[in-house]
Amino acid sequence: MEATGLAMLKNNRFIKQLFSSFLDLLPIVVVVLFFQIAIIRQPIPDVAHLVTGTVLVILGLALFIQGLEQSLFPLGESMAYAFARKGSVFWLLTFAFCLGFGTTVAEPALIAISDEAARIASQGHIIGDSDNARKSYALGLRLTVALSVGVAILIGVLRIIRGWPLHYLIIGGYCVVTAITPFAPADIVGIAYDSGGVTTSTITVPLIAALGVGLATAIKGRNPMIDGFGLIAFASLTPMVFVMVYGMLR
Amino acid sequence: MMAWLLHFAEMVLETGRDILPIAAIIIGFQVLVIRKPLANPHKIGIGFIYVLLGIALFLEGLDMALFPLGKLMATQLTSPEFLGQAITAPRTWQTYGWVYVFAACIGFATTLAEPSLLAVAMKAEQISGGAIRAWGLRIAVSIGVAFGIALGTFRIVTGTELYFYIVVGYLVVIVQTLFAPKVIIALAYDSGGVTTSTVTVPLVTALGLGLAAAVPGRNPLVDGFGLIAFASLFPIIAVLGYAQLAQWLAPLPSKR
Repeated sequence: MEATGLAMLKNNRFIKQLFSSFLDLLPIVVVVLFFQIAIIRQPIPDVAHLVTGTVLVILGLALFIQGLEQSLFPLGESMAYAFARKGSVFWLLTFAFCLGFGTTVAEPALIAISDEAARIASQGHIIGDSDNARKSYALGLRLTVALSVGVAILIGVLRIIRGWPLHYLIIGGYCVVTAITPFAPADIVGIAYDSGGVTTSTITVPLIAALGVGLATAIKGRNPMIDGFGLIAFASLTPMVFVMVYGMLR
Repeated sequence: MMAWLLHFAEMVLETGRDILPIAAIIIGFQVLVIRKPLANPHKIGIGFIYVLLGIALFLEGLDMALFPLGKLMATQLTSPEFLGQAITAPRTWQTYGWVYVFAACIGFATTLAEPSLLAVAMKAEQISGGAIRAWGLRIAVSIGVAFGIALGTFRIVTGTELYFYIVVGYLVVIVQTLFAPKVIIALAYDSGGVTTSTVTVPLVTALGLGLAAAVPGRNPLVDGFGLIAFASLFPIIAVLGYAQLAQWLAPLPSKR
C-alpha cells in the first residue's frame, strides 16, 4: 500500500517534470512551425520524424533535470564541502584546474570549432596547406582553450577563497580582450570571440555552479549569491584571450 | 526499430565518452585526495545514468527533428528565391528583414530550452530563497540572446566590424555593473556563458554560415563566426537591466 503510494508520487513528479520540459520546448516548435508554414510556405518535410524527435527531446530534458538534482548538484556540493573541510588550498586548486581542463579538452563543440579554425588558417596561408599542419594547429588550439578554461576555474576558485570582487577581474579581462584584439590576426578574432561561449558544456555547467556555490556556502564570510557564481564567467572570458594569443604566436 | 536502437546505443556511448574525463577526475580526487566515501553513492550513480540517458535522448531528438528543419530554414530564408529578387537588384540591409525576425525568435526559443541555463537558473532560485525566479531569469536571458543574435545577423549583412560591437557591448556592461544591485552581478556574468551550448550553437552557427554564404561579398569562413559572441554578451546586459528595472520598480527585500 505504502509502496504503491510512493511509486505514484514519484510518477507524479516525473510527469510534472515532463510537462515542464514540454513547456520549455514549446517555443522552438512554435517558431519552427510558424516560419515554415506562414513565411516560407512550404510543407514540413517529415512530420513523423518531427513528432518523434520532439518527444525524445522532452523525455531527455526531463531525465536530465532528474539526474541533475539527484546527482550533479549534490556531487559538486559535497566535493566543495569536503575540500573546504580538508582545508588544503593546493588540492582544491589542482582539482579546479583538472576539472576545467579535463572537461573542455574532450568537448565536441570545441573539437568542431578548432577544426574549422584550422581550415581558415590554412586558407589564409597562416599555416601550410597539408593535413598534418591543420591537425597540429587544431590540436594546439584545443589544448590552448582547455588550458585557458583550467586557468579560469583555478582563478575563479581562488577568487571565492579570497573573496575578491568579481567585477574588477571580469572588467580587467574585458580590457585585455579589447587591447589585444587589434594585434590578433583578423581571421582568428571571430573564432576567438565564439570560443568563449562554446566551452562550457551541459555537464560541466551544473557541476561548476554547484562547486562554486558550495564553496561560498562552506567558507565563512562568503555570500553564495555574490561569491558563489562567476566561475562560468571566467571560463567564457579566458578562452578569448588565450585563442588570440595563440593566433599571434603561430 | 533494431537499427534505431543500435544508433541510440551509439549515441549513449558517445555521450559516455564525453562524460568519461569528468567521471575520472571526480573519482580520482574522491579516492586519492578526499579519501572519504560519498554520502549516497547509489543515488548519485543512478542520477548520473539519468543524466547520461537524458543528454543522449535530448541530442538524438534534436538531431532527428529540430536541427535538420532549423538548418533547412536558415538556408531557405537566405536563398535568393525566397528573397524574391533578381540577383542584380541592389540589396540593402532591409532585404533580409525576415532573417532578423527569425534570428530573434530562434535565439529566444532555443535559449529557453537550453539545459545549462535551466541548471543555473534552478540553482539561483534555490540560493536566493526564491527572490530570483528561475523563469524570470531564463526569460531575461532569452531576450538578451534574441536581441544579440538579431544584431549579429545585422552585422553579417552589413559587414561591419565585430570588434566594434563587442567593445561597445563591454562598455555597456561596465556602466551597468556600476549601478546594478550587487547580488545579481555574478549571476549576470555567468548567464553569458551558459546560454550557448547544446541547442543554440548548432542552429545559430548554421544561420551565421548560411547567411554569410548568401550575402554577396561576405566570406562565410570569416564573417560567419561571431554570432555566439553576441549571444554570450547580450544576456549579461539583459540580466543586469532586468535587475536594475526590478530594483527601480520595487526595492528588493533587505539582503541577507
